[in-house]
Amino acid sequence: MFLGTKPLLKCTWQGIIHVTSRVIGGAAMQSVGTKNQIWAYTIIGFFTLLTVVSYSVNEYYIYLGAYLWFGFVYGMCLQYGRFCFSSAFRDLFAVGVPRMAVGIMIAMVLFGAVSAFVTATGNSTYHAAPYGWHAVIAGFVFGVGMVLTGGCASGSLYKAGEGNVTAMLVFVSISTSLAIFVDVGGWLNALVPNSWHESALSKGLPAEITVGDGWLDQYLAGHVWNQPILTYSEWLGLEGPWVSAYVGSVLVGIVLPASVLLVVVYIFWYRTGYLRKRVEEGKPHEGFATELAGYWSMIAASKRTAIAGLILGIAAGLHMYVMNGMQLKFGVQNFGSILKELGFTSGLSIKGTVFDPGYWYVTTQEAQWFGWLFNKLGWDNTHNIFFGLENGLPNPLLNPAGWMSIALIGGAAVMALLNNEFKWKNTTPELAMWAIIGGTLMGIGSRLGLGCNVGAFFVRVSQGDVSGWLFGIGMVGGAYLGVKFFNWWTERKMAREMAAFEL
Amino acid sequence: MKFEKKSEGLYALDVCGYVCPHPQLYTKKALEKMKEGELLELVFDNASSGESISAMCDSRGNEVVEKLTDSGKYTWKIKKMAA
Repeated sequence: MFLGTKPLLKCTWQGIIHVTSRVIGGAAMQSVGTKNQIWAYTIIGFFTLLTVVSYSVNEYYIYLGAYLWFGFVYGMCLQYGRFCFSSAFRDLFAVGVPRMAVGIMIAMVLFGAVSAFVTATGNSTYHAAPYGWHAVIAGFVFGVGMVLTGGCASGSLYKAGEGNVTAMLVFVSISTSLAIFVDVGGWLNALVPNSWHESALSKGLPAEITVGDGWLDQYLAGHVWNQPILTYSEWLGLEGPWVSAYVGSVLVGIVLPASVLLVVVYIFWYRTGYLRKRVEEGKPHEGFATELAGYWSMIAASKRTAIAGLILGIAAGLHMYVMNGMQLKFGVQNFGSILKELGFTSGLSIKGTVFDPGYWYVTTQEAQWFGWLFNKLGWDNTHNIFFGLENGLPNPLLNPAGWMSIALIGGAAVMALLNNEFKWKNTTPELAMWAIIGGTLMGIGSRLGLGCNVGAFFVRVSQGDVSGWLFGIGMVGGAYLGVKFFNWWTERKMAREMAAFEL
Repeated sequence: MKFEKKSEGLYALDVCGYVCPHPQLYTKKALEKMKEGELLELVFDNASSGESISAMCDSRGNEVVEKLTDSGKYTWKIKKMAA
C-alpha cells in the first residue's frame, strides 16, 4: 500500500529534477488492485479452461488453443510496451518522439531472426505477397486512417483490452468496412478498368465466384495477382536455405534498411535534443563516438518498448514454428481440413479452407466475424474471392485466427488489470467520428494491401518480402498527411480556448 | 478539451477522454504557446500518451516536475524551459 509520496524516477536537467509519483488513497487503491487481480485471473482461468475443455472434446482443438495462447502473449506484449504502429510513424511527425519507431525495428529484427531459422529448417507457414504500387497506395490509405483513429489494427485491439470504448469502435468500424468492401459491386464496378475486368475473367475461377462483379474481386484477380512476387534473397540470387534466410531476409531485408531508417530518425528527431543534454551535462558533444552514443541512447531510451518488441519478435517467430508443427502432426495444411474431419462443412471456402495464416494476423478474422454476421442476416456474400474462394466464413467459435484476436484483447486486459491500468473509458462524439472515418479507411487500406500494419508490414518485412517495406512507405506518407490534418484541427481548437485569456 | 489560465504563469490543460494522438498534440501546442518558466498542469487518462509526452519533454528540455497517478488518471506538472 502506498501512502503519501514515493519517488520513482529522478533525472537530470540543469540540476536535479524530481519527478514524483504518488498513488492516492491507499485503501481504495488496494481494493481496486484486488478486484483487478480477480478479474485478471478470471480471464486467464477462462482461457485455460477453454483450452483444456476443447482439447478433451477432441485433440484437434489444440490447434485453436495454440492460436489462442500466442494471441494472449501478443496482447500482453502490446499493452506492456504500449506497442502501437500508428504511434511509430505519427509521433515522429506529431511530437518528434522516436520511441515506437525504434521498438518496431527491434521487434522486426528479432522476429526476422527467429523466423529465418523457421524458414531455413523448412517450417515456415509464410507465403510472399505480390508487390507493386498497390502496396504503397494501400499503406497510404491505411496510414491516414490509423492516425485518425489513434491506433493501428493491433493497437486498437490491445487498447480495447484496456477498456477503451473508442478503440472498440475502431475495431467495429474496421471490421464492418472490411466485410462490406470485399463484396460490393454495383456502381463501384464502373470504376474498374476494363483491363482488370478482362484479366479477372481470364483467370478461370470456379463459377461460384462472380469474379467479374465486385470492385475488390476485379482488383485482386485482374491486377494484384498479375504483379510479381519477390523476396530479397531471390532478388540477390542467393542460394541455400540458411544464406537466403539470414543474409537475404534478415540482413538485407531488415537489419540494413532498419539501421538506415533509424539513422534518419536519429538525425532528424533525436540528435538535437541529445546533443543539447550532453552540453548541459558538460560531456563531449562532438565527434563520431558522441554520435554513436547518441544513436544507442535513442535505441535504449524506452526499455519497456524494447522489451515488448523483443518478446513479441520471438513469440511471432515461434508461432510459425508451432503452427507448422501442428499441421505436420495432424497431416493438414489448413484448419479447414480439420473442420471437415470434425463434421463442420458450412463456412468453408470453395477450396475447403478457412483463414489459417499460421502466424500473427489481425484484419481478416475481423472481416470474417462481421461477414459471418451479415451472412446470417441474409446477405449472400460468399461469391467473392475473399470469403468464397480463400478464407471462408466459419462460425466465429471455430475461427482459429479469431481465437487469437480474442485472446489478444484478453492478454492486454490481464496486463492492464495487473498494472492497475485498466479503465473503462467512454468515447466522445468527436472521437467516435474519427474512429468511424479512420476505421473505414483502415478497412479499405488493409484489403487493398492484403493486410494491415501486422499482416502487410510487420510480418512481410520480417519475412524478407519486398512488398512489406512498400506498404510501410505508404503508411509513412499516410501518417504524415493525417498528422498535418490533426495539427490544423488542434490549432483551431486551441485558438478557441485561448480566446478567453491572454497568452 | 479544456485549456485555461489558472493564475499568472500557471495553465491547466485537461484532455481526459482523449486517445492518441490528441493528448500529446494538445500538450505540445500548449507548451509552444507558453513562456519560459511557466507551469502547465496537464490531466489525461490515456496511458500511451504519457510515454510520448514524457519523451517529448525530455527531448525538448521541458521539465516534468510532478507526476501523479490515480487509477488510470494522470496529473502531470510540466515546466516550460527555454525554447
